[in-house]
Order: sequence, then C-alpha cells, then structure tokens
Amino acid sequence: MTPLIRIQHEDFSLQDEIDALSAGRADIGAVVSFAGLCRDENGTLAGLELEHYPGMAEAEIGRVAAEAAARWPLMGLVAIHRYGLIRPGDQIVLVLAASAHRRAAFEAADFMMDYLKTRAPFWKREHRIDGTLGGWVEAKGEDDDAAQRWEQAP
Amino acid sequence: MSTAAAIAAAGTRPVRIVYFAWVRERVGLPEETLDIPADLATVADLVRWLKARGEGYQTAFANEAVVRAALDHVHAKPSAQLGHAREIAFFPPMTGG
Repeated sequence: MTPLIRIQHEDFSLQDEIDALSAGRADIGAVVSFAGLCRDENGTLAGLELEHYPGMAEAEIGRVAAEAAARWPLMGLVAIHRYGLIRPGDQIVLVLAASAHRRAAFEAADFMMDYLKTRAPFWKREHRIDGTLGGWVEAKGEDDDAAQRWEQAP
Repeated sequence: MSTAAAIAAAGTRPVRIVYFAWVRERVGLPEETLDIPADLATVADLVRWLKARGEGYQTAFANEAVVRAALDHVHAKPSAQLGHAREIAFFPPMTGG
C-alpha cells in the first residue's frame, strides 16, 4: 500500500478520489473520508491564505502516512492539502483511509488529521471582506492534545 | 589558498535558511544563504547567532520557545545538532488542516 500525497492549489473531488482508490478491486470494505473546509464564523472572512513549505509539506505528510500504514491494516491512504487563497465554503484538505473493516479506517483517518494539523508545515492567514489583511491563525493547544493522545494509545 | 581551504580557515560553512509566515515577515526575507560559524552546534546556537544579526531577527525570535525549526525538511528541537544540514527552516507553530 503506497499512500498518495498531493499538495496542490487546485480543488479536488471527494468522489473522484474514492473512485480512484477503489478502482479495480473488491477487497476494500470501508473507506473513511474527512474533508476540511474553509470556515467563516462571523461573516467577515474573504478567504484564507495558506502558506506552505514546498518539499517539506510532502515529506512530512508522507512520514505521517507511513506511521498510519504501519499502525493499521490499510488498503489505501490519500492525503490532499491545498495552498494559496481558499474561499469560505471551499475545501482545504482531504484524507481518505481504506481498509477491510471500518475501525481501522476510522482510526487511521483520525490519526492522519490530528498529525496533519500539528506537523504538516502549513500556515493560515485571514483575508477580510473589507480588504484588510487579518492576522496569522494561531495554533490551538487542543490540536496538540488531540495528536498527543495517539502517543499513549496501544 | 583554495576556496575549500579558505572556508576551513575562516571556520564557516554556507547554509540556506528559509523562513515562513510571521517569522518570514519579521526577518524580512523568505530565504537567505549565510556563512555560519562551523562551531555552532545546535539549532538554539544558530538562533542566538541570528538574533545578533539585527532587529528583524530579534523580533522574529523574541520568544524562542514558540518558533519551530526543521533541518533538511525534518522537524528539529532547539537542542538538535545542526550536523551537516544544508537547509534550515524557521516557522511558527503549524495551522494547516
């Protein structure tokens, strides 16, 4: 199982990615997908600008994916992360985890997202509707806590 | 004296340093190639050396515990040995996903 990692500005299609993952095989019993969207909480956001570290972004997500593959019996693993200006409501990130049974797929997708948030070199900055540049989004302690729980799990 | 001998005599080596997000803005550069003293051992040593270069660096690294580092695309702690790293990155805590 070779994880598929893509860092791109272009949007992606959830269904196309699931179809590609499962094409030509009938042994997959579960595909769990997570799509992260650009969220506007109070109607002031024009978009989020995502800066990334080319080269390291692919490498680091690849390392996280390799850890997931070593930990769960996966039949497919996809991570797509967009960069550049993303509008509210648009997709930012996609994780697909495929396995024979649902538990491994759920856990692997959850693990991938927790570590994507804390280890993948991406930074968000707000652009406001009034044309001004907002601040850099601050990292949340709860994201570190979410990633930390995988350190103790068996 | 050959170039290699000159570098050895001066005790420096060239590294590419890249900055991202607000670290990049405070330093005022996306990247630079600097001849760093060969005796800088750790990431923290390099940060101290950079802070002596000017105000932008001092602002960027004002809270050293917050700024993250990577050596050749791999996350590194302040205590990590620079070794033979060719590309060293500094950036804020990540906010992707």
